[in-house]
Amino acid sequence: MTPHMLTRSLDRSATIFLAVVAACGILIPLSNLLLPAGSFLQVPTYLVALWGKYVCYAILALAIDLIWGYCGILSLGHGAFFALGGYAMGMYLMRQIGTRGVYGNPVLPDFMVFLNYSKLPWYWYGFDMFWFAALMVLVVPGLLAFCFGWLAFRSRVTGVYLSIITQAMTYALLLAFFRNDFGFGGNNGLTDFKDILGFNVQAEGTRAALFALSCLALIIAFLICRSVVSSKLGKVLIAIRDAESRSRFLGYRVESYKLFVFTLSACMAGVAGALYVPQVGIINPSEFAPGNSIEAVIWVAVGGRGTLVGAALGAVVVNYAKTFFTSGVLAPYWLFMLGALFILVTLLLPKGIVGTFNAWWDSSKEKRAAAMASAAAEDGVTEPKMAE
Amino acid sequence: MPVHLSARLCALALTLLLIAFALPAFAGPFEDGVAKFANDDFSDTEEAIGVVASSGNKLAFPIISALQDGRLMADPDSKKVYVTGTDGKSIDAATGEAVASVPDSASAVRLNNRLRRSVDAAIGSLTLQSPDVGTRLQAAQSVFKSHEETALEAVDAALAKETNRSVKAALGDARAAILLFKSDATEVEKLEAVATLKARGDQEALALLTGMGDQPASVTKAAASAISSIQSSLAVWSGVQNAWYGLSLGSVLLLAAIGLAITFGVMGVINMAHGEMVMIGAYTTFVVQEVIRTRYPALFDYSLLIAVPLAFLVAGAIGVLIERSIIRFLYGRPLETLLATWGLSLVLQQAVRTMFGPTNREVGNPSWMSGAFELGQITITYNRLWILVFTLAVFAILLAMLRYTALGLEMRAVTQNRRMAASMGIATSRVDALTFGLGSGIAGIAGVALSQIDNVSPNLGQSYIIDSFMVVVFGGVGNLWGTLVGAFTLGIANKFLEPVAGAVLGKIAILVLIILFIQKRPRGLFALKGRAVEA
Repeated sequence: MTPHMLTRSLDRSATIFLAVVAACGILIPLSNLLLPAGSFLQVPTYLVALWGKYVCYAILALAIDLIWGYCGILSLGHGAFFALGGYAMGMYLMRQIGTRGVYGNPVLPDFMVFLNYSKLPWYWYGFDMFWFAALMVLVVPGLLAFCFGWLAFRSRVTGVYLSIITQAMTYALLLAFFRNDFGFGGNNGLTDFKDILGFNVQAEGTRAALFALSCLALIIAFLICRSVVSSKLGKVLIAIRDAESRSRFLGYRVESYKLFVFTLSACMAGVAGALYVPQVGIINPSEFAPGNSIEAVIWVAVGGRGTLVGAALGAVVVNYAKTFFTSGVLAPYWLFMLGALFILVTLLLPKGIVGTFNAWWDSSKEKRAAAMASAAAEDGVTEPKMAE
Repeated sequence: MPVHLSARLCALALTLLLIAFALPAFAGPFEDGVAKFANDDFSDTEEAIGVVASSGNKLAFPIISALQDGRLMADPDSKKVYVTGTDGKSIDAATGEAVASVPDSASAVRLNNRLRRSVDAAIGSLTLQSPDVGTRLQAAQSVFKSHEETALEAVDAALAKETNRSVKAALGDARAAILLFKSDATEVEKLEAVATLKARGDQEALALLTGMGDQPASVTKAAASAISSIQSSLAVWSGVQNAWYGLSLGSVLLLAAIGLAITFGVMGVINMAHGEMVMIGAYTTFVVQEVIRTRYPALFDYSLLIAVPLAFLVAGAIGVLIERSIIRFLYGRPLETLLATWGLSLVLQQAVRTMFGPTNREVGNPSWMSGAFELGQITITYNRLWILVFTLAVFAILLAMLRYTALGLEMRAVTQNRRMAASMGIATSRVDALTFGLGSGIAGIAGVALSQIDNVSPNLGQSYIIDSFMVVVFGGVGNLWGTLVGAFTLGIANKFLEPVAGAVLGKIAILVLIILFIQKRPRGLFALKGRAVEA
């Protein structure tokens, strides 16, 4: 497959993807707000929140695809960055509750009053300001990823070792956030949010706006990923994925490339988490569970790693299936299906939905081209055969 | 007095009736003593306490303790005394016969402060001389804790009669504790007491010595030296205790990780479903025990011996099946293997949940695995000890197998250089299948052992998977000794961190330390060297 064809096929699916996301981001909120409730075309509010959740997962999937699909770093701890972004947003939302909490304390969130905190812990300072919280959504996951990646990539921890220690990282965070004295609400996490930027988080308008914002964030994240992977930097990342030692011998500082893309990916995951929390209304330590991170990886695998569009598509498809099956009579079988999905996708569909489709599209195109070439050959003109 | 006479006659008739029913209820000094409670006179009550306490009658303890709690009811008209139990049922204090109800005219026997002291002393001496060794030991220990002066006489009396060695020692300790706090004890007695407590050397002795208050100078000095010697010995014992807990945790980790080390080491396969193999082993134990319970209850003590080979076979067979149907298509793609086996673990968990239910199933301890024994200042439970022994045995057998069998030789060859081994005629795919089966089978055996100390639920495996990965990564791949050292190091480090940082923070600290350690030695403590590593 020539690079030219790769870019072209991606361009085509990328355009369709961006158009669909933009259309959803505009039409769904409009239909929710403008059409009368119960009308055939009106999207109910609960669906807006549900699809908003899927869009956040799609951003997380893009983040994973960026490092796994293009750089070969399989992180089993990306849920941790997602959850840290979520906690940063949750802390802002907690501070906005003010005196409307059960205990009516103007500064301390309810759980701190309950746990006999006398004053706000220092790491909660500043979270009453939105700009600070928004900054932390990027900085906290990014900083953690930077430190972690700096240590790991510099000492050339690769492959399954890296996967295992990322898993250990999210597991350690899970244990830490479960503790009450850690200052993040322990087991119950952060919930009972009231306002975001002065708007009621429960209100239909806010939910529609959050959905539109999530779609916008997905578009921006996609464009960032696209510009990274189609630049020269992206080519080096692919080279590292396919032959790390060789790239190093060619003079590229492999660890710097990896560190950059890992940190970028963590920041994206943090943004996804921050958009997720106000739409779901809660953030608790179970978001750090290693199982969640692995599940996010399977979204990417289902959609097709290394395709970006596929990652987002996989996130939506798998989560839609999850909602569909876990709410029906098939609920006890969902884990069977999810497990089977893991096995079957890795065994039978290693390129994922989009990857397989692209391969099929390209080969059928090639066949058409070959047919045309053979027709042209009768006229005595030959085309150079394309390298596979 | 006719009324009195009729009451006497009634009592006589009742007594005769009881004799007729061949019950040993002669109107002896005990019965007379009991009757004195009904006189509602403090000096009579004191006499009654003395008579009952020294009677040796088995009702003595219930009567005196009922008196203490205000549950001893006396009827001044009939001169009968009743013990109302805490459950509301009453017995006749003199005979022990159950009675339907206590007459309304009966009221609780009253006490004053002087009587309360004699009641306490009577209780102390009664339990100190109980025929049951356990009760005596408990009584002696409670006297040691309370160190009431009034109990001294009872302790001395009990010491004179005691024959059991451990009760005697406990009584000696109790006596020392009393003497230490007794204001009019002689200096010699107090010095002896300090020496006894020093010999006891535990936390409680330390508490007594530090809280003994004003004492003669020589006693204070002796106590200070005793305190420092106890403290240093306690520090050593707490170190020993932590080391033991660490060894115990390490053995569990080793057991869970050893199969993983084999599959990861030989095949480079990350088997996320490894924990589920452990779980399957635990459920095999459950099924074996169920069959034994319903069919052959006499074999219960052998249930684990039966379960070990069965668990090995069941988990091993499932392992071979997994390798043949899934993993062999994914060689050379370790990350995909990781995902597929994770999916497999979800399927296996849910399958077990469907078959056996989501709740914990009960797996019993055979008699030889329950209980504990004391070693110095620490308590060692048999199940932990057996698991340690069992783990080491499994490790030794595995090591011998790798060293001395044909399969072991082939496995080592494939670990070192797969392509070279294949060129030398080793059927690597067969070795892979058998290796995977072996690793899974050992996980199954681990499940048998873990069923003894953990809840058998579908989530059993998940709680071990991250820890076992840490062990393998820390110890280094392809070297069983690395796994051994890794498991025990992590176990002991965890248990030494726990008292300092708390259980959860200790665990977090260990995870962070491993993450940092990996930076220093990316291939673990005992890494394989050479080209194969880079592949």
